Amino acid sequence: MPYKRPDGREPDEIRKIEAKVGIIKNADGSALFSFGDSKAIAAVYGPRQLHPQHLQNPEKCLLRCHYDMASFSVKERKKPGPTRRTMEISYITTKALEPVVQVESWPNTVIDVYIMIIQADASTRCAGINAAAMALANAGIPMNGIVSAVSIGKIGDTIVADLTKEEEDYCIVKGGEKIKAATDIPMAFMSKGEKITLLQLDGKITPAELKEAIALGKRICRKIAEIQIRAIKEIK
Amino acid sequence: METPILTKKRIEELLQKGRRFDERKPLEYRKIEIETGISKNAEGSARVKIGDTEVIAGVKLDVVEPFSDTPESGALIVNAEFSPLASRKFESGPPSIEAIELARIIDRGIRESNFVELNKLVIKPGEKVWGVFVDIYPINDNGNLIDASALAAVAALKSSVFPVLKEEKVQHGEHTTKKLPLREEMPVTVTCYKIGNILLLDPTSQEEETAKTRITITMTFEKNEVYIHALQKSGEGTISEQELFEAIKIAETEGKKLLKKIEKL
Repeated sequence: MPYKRPDGREPDEIRKIEAKVGIIKNADGSALFSFGDSKAIAAVYGPRQLHPQHLQNPEKCLLRCHYDMASFSVKERKKPGPTRRTMEISYITTKALEPVVQVESWPNTVIDVYIMIIQADASTRCAGINAAAMALANAGIPMNGIVSAVSIGKIGDTIVADLTKEEEDYCIVKGGEKIKAATDIPMAFMSKGEKITLLQLDGKITPAELKEAIALGKRICRKIAEIQIRAIKEIK
Repeated sequence: METPILTKKRIEELLQKGRRFDERKPLEYRKIEIETGISKNAEGSARVKIGDTEVIAGVKLDVVEPFSDTPESGALIVNAEFSPLASRKFESGPPSIEAIELARIIDRGIRESNFVELNKLVIKPGEKVWGVFVDIYPINDNGNLIDASALAAVAALKSSVFPVLKEEKVQHGEHTTKKLPLREEMPVTVTCYKIGNILLLDPTSQEEETAKTRITITMTFEKNEVYIHALQKSGEGTISEQELFEAIKIAETEGKKLLKKIEKL
C-alpha cells in the first residue's frame, strides 16, 4: 500500500519555503528560512577578532556555528542551554558550511554564526543550515557558492522529501508491537549539487533506496539554492 | 561595541536641549508593534518590536510539583536568554547577570500584580500544579529590552491556552481552547533612564550606555487607582526622591498608552 502523506503532499514535494535576509539589524548578516512550520533564523557576526589567542589560526579564519532552539519552539518545553544534541548539530552545521566559506581570506579571525529555531516541526537543522548560508552571503563574506539542505526520508517503502515531525515519528504495528518505520536523512549540497557537505541518517534503508533518496535530495537542493540566491539578492 | 565617549557626550549635550539623535522627544517611545501566535508549539507566544529592538516570548505549561512554601498555588517561572544572535554584546554560556536581572524584573511585575491567577492552577493540592514557563529571547537589541520583554511576556500570557491534560499528564502539543486564568488588570512596565539630570524613555543602545541610572516601574490601573507592583533601580548613578516621583508620574502616563496597545490584542 503506497504511503499517503498526512498533509496531502506528493512524496517529492517539500513544504512552503520562506526565505528572507537582513532580518536582524545588529548582525553583519542575517536570514530567516522556513520549511512549513519549521522556522530558523540565523545571525552572522564577523570576521572579528578571535580570543583566546591560542584558538587563532594563522592560515585561516575559524568558522563557528551555534545551533539553539527557543524553549517554546517544541511541544515539550526544551530546557534552555546547550544539550548534546544541539552541540552535535552546531558541529556538523559548521562542517556543512565550511567548504563554501573562503576561510583563508582572514587568518586569525572568527566568523560566528548563531542559529535559533523559533518554531520546530522537524528538519530544523536543514532550515538552520539554509538560513546560515544565506546569512553568510548577506554578511558579504566571499563564498564558493551556496549550501542548501533538505531532509529526505523513507516512510514504509516510500521515499519522501522534507518530513514533518508527525512523519518522522511514523510507526507501523507488527505483531501488536509499535515499530518506528521512518528513516530520516538530512543532507546538504554545494551549489550545483555535485558535492555533499552534510549527510546523516537514522533508520533503516537499502543502498538502492539511499541512492534514490540522494538523487531526490540533490534535485530539491538545486531548487532551494535558487530560492536562497533570489532572497539574497532581494536586499533593500 | 561600547559607545564612544564623544558620542555619549553629544547625547548628553543634545538632551539638555531636549533633543535626541533620532529627533524624538525625551519621553517619546519609538514605534511599537505587538504580534501574538508567532510559534505554534508554544501555549502562547508574542513578538514585540520597539523601533529596531525586537524580543520574542513564549509560554509553556506543564504539570509540576508545587513549591513547598506555596503548595496550593501554580508555579511561575520567568527566564531570559540573551543569545549572541541579538547583539555583539551578548556572549554564549550561562545566563549573564543582565539576563538574570531582566528575568527577575519581569517575574516580579507579573507575580506581584497577580496577573496570572496562580491559585486557579492547582491540579492536586500539595502534589500537582501547573507550571507556567515564560521564556524571553531578544532577537535584536537596540535598547530598552526591559520594556519590550515585559510587553512580550504579558502579550504571550494573554494569548496562552491550556494543553490537553489526560490522567494528570500533559499531552504535549495538543492545545485546548481554554485560556490561562489571568486578572483583568494587566501589569504595565515602564523604564525611565537618567542622562545628566534629564529623564528619558525608550533609549537606544547608545543612549542606554550613556545613562547612569535607570528605574523600572511596573503598575496596574484599576478603576481610578494606580498601583505600583514592582520597582527596580539599577545603574551606577543615583536618583533623588523628586526624580523618582517624576519617573512614576511619567510611567503612569506612558503606561496607560502601552496598556491600550495590549488591550487591543
